[in-house]
Amino acid sequence: MQRWLILVGILFTLMLSSGCSSMKIEPWVSPFERNNLADPIMSFGRDPVASAYLHHVYQAREGARGAEGGSGGGCGCN
Amino acid sequence: MVAVAATEKGKRMRIYAPMRLFWLVPAGFIVLLLVAGRVDAAVLPEDRADVMYHGYEGGGLEVTGPSILVRKAYKDKVSVWANYYVDTITSASIDVVATASEYTEERKEKSIGVDYLRGKTFMGISYTNSEESDYSANSIRFGISQDFFGDLTTLGISYARGFDTVRRNGEDVFEEETDRQTFRIDLSQIVTKNLIVNFNYEGVTDEGFLNNPYRQVRFLDSAASRGFSYESEIYPRTRTSSAQALRAMYYLPYRAAAKLEVRNYSDSWGIDAQNVEVAYTHPIEETGLTVELKYRLYDQTAADFYNDLFPRSNAQNFLARDKELASFRTQTLGAGISYEFEMAWLPGFKRGQVSLFVDYIDFSYDDFRDVTRTGFSPGSEPLYEFDSTVTRLFFSLYY
Repeated sequence: MQRWLILVGILFTLMLSSGCSSMKIEPWVSPFERNNLADPIMSFGRDPVASAYLHHVYQAREGARGAEGGSGGGCGCN
Repeated sequence: MVAVAATEKGKRMRIYAPMRLFWLVPAGFIVLLLVAGRVDAAVLPEDRADVMYHGYEGGGLEVTGPSILVRKAYKDKVSVWANYYVDTITSASIDVVATASEYTEERKEKSIGVDYLRGKTFMGISYTNSEESDYSANSIRFGISQDFFGDLTTLGISYARGFDTVRRNGEDVFEEETDRQTFRIDLSQIVTKNLIVNFNYEGVTDEGFLNNPYRQVRFLDSAASRGFSYESEIYPRTRTSSAQALRAMYYLPYRAAAKLEVRNYSDSWGIDAQNVEVAYTHPIEETGLTVELKYRLYDQTAADFYNDLFPRSNAQNFLARDKELASFRTQTLGAGISYEFEMAWLPGFKRGQVSLFVDYIDFSYDDFRDVTRTGFSPGSEPLYEFDSTVTRLFFSLYY
């Protein structure tokens, strides 16, 4: 399953690289329609110092690690 | 960053297939950048300084300290940042109480990074050093991302390398090394004018001494007064993990945001984990206040070589009784409030923000027993559970 995941990612990347210079994909959400998306409340990591700390707490207390999102912890501690 | 404006015994450790193939991803990415060429837009993160007090209390463990993060951009091309973080730890957790005595310790972490923006390509490099009396960690990270399709799509990859040194207090001759590599892919997509989704993959490989040098496992021992004795943990010297997360953020018809996150995790030690999180953010108009509520559910299976009570001493090649490797679930309830205010009266500053976030986390174990409870035969003690409170109080300045 994971092999498929990585292959799909690579294919997606190559697809973009071979096509984006010739395909004229028009953005379906225009820049002037992105007011709501630009609102700070729509950020996945609005306060990096706070979200990094909570990721650190989860990493230290739980067995899982990685893909926490936003701004990563990066403490290197195990 | 989407630019929206502005083992079981003898189990063989192996490197996951995605890790072996990972080099193809940056190669494809570089091709993509060459073809895409130079275009304009994208922005650097906003200049800001944060001073945070953090506190964790629960299960006999108390961790407090400051964290200071400062970021400053130059000519809209380069942004530098630095973080200073301290953990002051007082531990009388169940692991410590069972086999040792309460201790206090301090960990200091320093990070510095530089981000560079060229057109729609965003590059960042950072270095982190963490020091405590028995553990040193150094890591370096490099990442690159690119916006596509009218800034609707952002694809990013990053690679980090870590070099840790593990010591054991009271033993001058004990010193072990751990190396770590981290690979990450981020894909963000604007779906509609109110919906943005983010997919995240992260693979981590460790090699070296991965034990906690103090923790011990217990085994049945008829000669011991309580019916069991302790011996040192033995972990495999490699670990490879893979995590995938999908997040969605939706802007509600009134000014508020709803967030959904699902994450899946598996590793070569046999741990499988999933978590789901929902969050709601609601600014209260014309007051400067923003409130946030969230709920998170996390569930994991135990490592293959984990056992609460081994049948005998050295029962298998690898031995662990680390509760973080047990089967358990956590539930988190979080609430936060932020107050934002203008600071135009102070030259050079735009605005300030003060925020308080409190998270309550409940830990419930399926196969980790409370050995501090007496009057029970070995292996029939009540299952362990505890709760903790995480506090984050911080002050932010934007300039």
